[in-house]
Amino acid sequence: MSSPIRVLIAKVGLDGHDRGVKVVARILRDAGMDVIYTGLHRSSEDVVNAAIQEDVDVIGVSMLSGAHMTHFPRILNLLKEKDAADIIVIGGGVIPDADAATLKNMGVADLFLQDTPPDTIVNSVRTLVEARGKR
Amino acid sequence: MIPSLDLIPGVLAGRQRDVARLITRAEAGDDECRPAMTALYQHTGKAHIIGITGVPGSGKSTLVKALATAARQMGRRIGIVAIDPSSPFSGGAIMGDRIRMNDLSGDPGVFIRSMATRGSLGGLCRAALDAVDVLDAAGYDLIIIETVGVGQDEVEVVRASHTTLVVSAPGLGDDIQAIKAGILEIADIHVVSKCDKPDAQRTIGDLKTMLMLDMPRDPNWMPPVVGTSAESGKGIDELLKTIQTHHNYLHQSGRIQDRLRMIAESRILKTAEELVRRRFVRHQAGHFIAQVAQRQLSPYQAAQQLLGE
Repeated sequence: MSSPIRVLIAKVGLDGHDRGVKVVARILRDAGMDVIYTGLHRSSEDVVNAAIQEDVDVIGVSMLSGAHMTHFPRILNLLKEKDAADIIVIGGGVIPDADAATLKNMGVADLFLQDTPPDTIVNSVRTLVEARGKR
Repeated sequence: MIPSLDLIPGVLAGRQRDVARLITRAEAGDDECRPAMTALYQHTGKAHIIGITGVPGSGKSTLVKALATAARQMGRRIGIVAIDPSSPFSGGAIMGDRIRMNDLSGDPGVFIRSMATRGSLGGLCRAALDAVDVLDAAGYDLIIIETVGVGQDEVEVVRASHTTLVVSAPGLGDDIQAIKAGILEIADIHVVSKCDKPDAQRTIGDLKTMLMLDMPRDPNWMPPVVGTSAESGKGIDELLKTIQTHHNYLHQSGRIQDRLRMIAESRILKTAEELVRRRFVRHQAGHFIAQVAQRQLSPYQAAQQLLGE
């Protein structure tokens, strides 16, 4: 029996806007995935700890606050420190193109900016998890 | 892929990654992890397992957080299995119990795992009980199972836990009557949440009246009613003490043996049920389905043939 893809959806730092992230959670749920939402105002540490306990395949971080160049690198580093770099990190929100390119170089697997169609997100998650393989 | 058997030393040492990974594999029901789960079973049986159930919005997650926080201060290590429903159509799930438990994040003495019902019969999936085993073996000595909101499911929790808490919220008087036949009967301890609300005393009173009319499951244990407010912290320590009193009662009276046998029986049945279900899928049950749909076989005949009887 194959199990559903597990995704942790998170809002990090001082960012109170979660309408978009709830829509994304719903899209992934409707694609048959197990989605864990951790709520507003989490720290990078909270997110990584939760991701490890939940043994998720993917962490999806929504950032609308402009603090993306702080939080994404921190999450990636914490995952490495905790021997959990096999957890895929993706993100979305308001992120300038130049920053998006930098973040992808750092190891963020994919970023979804405004006007991304739902199918694109679902397909990306599936492709990334498949490419990583069984662990 | 690390073989599941190789995860066992890490699980026994309480390494969170290994604990989490083995729970995932057990949940998937892979044959590969069965020998590991069998080996691990020898290391279980140490934890006190508490089941928490109640109507949606009664404050189960918030209560779990408050209980876990108080129990941590007493040096207990807490495992939490929080169950949320799967979509019957897509099979996916959104699990939000962690939102209310975030303060516990980062404490290595607390392990929270969210789990979807996956449409399993009875709601309390076999996987939840496997997760409890993994947490128990990993040294979490107080394990809380939080069920989904009300329904047939909740009665199942009683066959998984040593102590069952039923949470009622004030202002739901009619609902209490409506669910009386099922859910209220299974409580070892009644909790009335949100006791900072004005209606709370009435709800406590209603419950106590109802309990006086009821035949308790165990004549020597009259289920106490404890009012709590997670917001002010009122009643949480009392509840923790009451849980400990129930634990002591079970062990001193020997009733724990009945519970353990009931849990064992339920687990055997649930696992057998799943094995049969999988055989059904593997057998490409298509021709049985067509024959039963066209009235060439009765459902009973098809089931018998499937079981090789």
